[in-house]
Amino acid sequence: MTESPPDDGAPSAGRPSSRISSRGPELALAALLLAAAALVIVDSLRVGHRWASDGPQSGYFPFFIGLALAFSAGAVVVDVMRRWKALGEDTFLDATQARSVAAVLVPTALYLGSMHWVGLLAGSAVLIAWFMKRHGGFGWGLTALIAVGVPTLVHLVFERGFLVLMPRGVWVEALLTRLGAG
Amino acid sequence: MEEFNNLMHGFGVALGWQNLGFMVVGLLLGVLIGVLPGLGGANGVAILLPLTFGMNPTSAIIMLSCIYWGALFGGAITSILFNIPGEPWSVATTFDGYPMAQQGRAAAALTTAFTSSFVGALFAVILVTFLAPLLAKFALRFGPAEMFAVQALTFCSFVGMSKEPAMKTLAAMMLGFALAAVGMDTVTGQLRMTFGQPELLKGFDFLIAVIGLFGIGEILLTMEEGLAFRGRSARIRMSVVWQTWRELWTHWRTFLRACLIGCWMGITPGGATPASFMSYGMARRLSKDPSRFGKGAIEGVAAPETAAHAAGTSALLPMLTLGIPGSPTAAVLLGGLMIWGLQPGPMLFVEQKDFVWGLIASMYLGNIVGLIVVLTTVPWWAAILRIPFSVIAPIILVICAIGAYTVNQSMFDVLTMGIFGVLGYLFKKLKYPMAPLVLALVLGDMAETNFRQALLGSQGSLGVFFGSPLSGSLMVLALVMLFWPLLGMLRRRAAAAPTSGPTPEPEPEPVRTSA
Repeated sequence: MTESPPDDGAPSAGRPSSRISSRGPELALAALLLAAAALVIVDSLRVGHRWASDGPQSGYFPFFIGLALAFSAGAVVVDVMRRWKALGEDTFLDATQARSVAAVLVPTALYLGSMHWVGLLAGSAVLIAWFMKRHGGFGWGLTALIAVGVPTLVHLVFERGFLVLMPRGVWVEALLTRLGAG
Repeated sequence: MEEFNNLMHGFGVALGWQNLGFMVVGLLLGVLIGVLPGLGGANGVAILLPLTFGMNPTSAIIMLSCIYWGALFGGAITSILFNIPGEPWSVATTFDGYPMAQQGRAAAALTTAFTSSFVGALFAVILVTFLAPLLAKFALRFGPAEMFAVQALTFCSFVGMSKEPAMKTLAAMMLGFALAAVGMDTVTGQLRMTFGQPELLKGFDFLIAVIGLFGIGEILLTMEEGLAFRGRSARIRMSVVWQTWRELWTHWRTFLRACLIGCWMGITPGGATPASFMSYGMARRLSKDPSRFGKGAIEGVAAPETAAHAAGTSALLPMLTLGIPGSPTAAVLLGGLMIWGLQPGPMLFVEQKDFVWGLIASMYLGNIVGLIVVLTTVPWWAAILRIPFSVIAPIILVICAIGAYTVNQSMFDVLTMGIFGVLGYLFKKLKYPMAPLVLALVLGDMAETNFRQALLGSQGSLGVFFGSPLSGSLMVLALVMLFWPLLGMLRRRAAAAPTSGPTPEPEPEPVRTSA
């Protein structure tokens, strides 16, 4: 979410490698919480946050929650400001770590994001194969075995065993019907 | 005596072949979850929860709680053999467990860990057996105001006892409450914070949040450290077990202390992780020769493991009797109960005797079976850990996706889970605690309902929470807990003021102010 470009202004001269200081992420998350608080408060005001003739309105409790969230997130922001210097020295992620995290985060995002089209089983096979080839350096044989084996196992256990259907995916569905028709 | 009869009846329920089978399956799955990084008790149970929807509630809860025991056992294996804590509560176990393994005493360390876990759990289960019915009977007299006061105390203790900054704890908790409020308001039928999205009508399912926060978040965190598994293999011979047991017997004081710390931290929502650290610290401070600690002292393994298990088990006491879980995993179990239509709380002991006592009996059996299972299957788990992370990581991701999807068969949930994963990662990195978020998400609706009912009774006067002596004292205690960090800060200021002289400025981390 806060995939900010690495190094959002850490001008410390002595530090050789690029890194992300804790300032940006701290502020970003606090801002996110403040935004959430604003949403909660606005919506509570919409549904009513007062005492009606028949008891508390729907927004009564959430309104206080929103206020408390805004207060605590605001306090975090103030705290970040007070420790601005120290936090700039703090490393949130260095370049190597950022790369390893991205190596998981990006495929995961693609995997989850594409599930609507590709489905769970096919997507899982691709995800496992990608990790094993790219990061594990496995041969094609073993990669194929695990990449196909795990979704097959899932299919047998969940779809056959527990009768819980996995999402097929729009494309896979289309492909299957074409194969069935052809 | 009535408890004893009930318990015997419970054993009858739990000892059925089918339930014993579920117990073993649950334990094996649990150890697997505990051993694998990125899967923990809370999200392991969350992922497997949908699978149990078809079972009867007693079998389901037996299997799920056995997953929990298994995860508690499993965390120790990785800590000792690989110096990688599989679970946060086994971090303290690495301090002396890994040195022991390096000295070639891996089998003794593992035996110690498993035995200690067993002792801690057994102590806590006995406590649950005799305390739970009393507490439940007492809690039957609670009205909405008292219930809200208990919940307020739970949440405020998080602020007071959390290691994380108080304001971040509060923020995480409030986010949980806010997410719990999304969807239809059950009292008025009004839609809250759905913004016209039909997917949000049902609100946020805490299972989705748990799987994302703990599962995906944990993988991202693990990845950052660049894991390399380089550990020792181990097989446990019976002679070593006997020898270790004989040695452990001499440390009964350590065990007793650890049990007490663990139970206290489990019942109050301190949780297993702080319990294990506190117990380790105590054992070291009270030891005749503290210098042995960190170099492979057997008490250094026994103390944290006993406390962690005692805490993990006793966390079920407030969950069963008051409907307030003492740990995130207990929160997930509680969510499971609600899905099966069982309302956790004092009425459970009146209306669902079979279920409650079956569960309590299964805690005894589960831990005995668990001890045997882990002692005999250690080499196997050690072998699993040699599978490279490049294989395990994508498989865990797939399991998380399946878990999120099966809850409601909804694609939207899968994406939400991913977002919670990123949030979980950021939370961990920036030291926001996740337990209060999960707990607030689970208990949010219940707390709100109690709050409103209490206010309805009093025509909107907040004085109702201080009206009865019980809820009043609970509320006062809650407020003390809430402002505890502030008190600590003031005390430090006051102490610092007169001696503001030559001492080199102590406060390394400036204390947060709060307006």
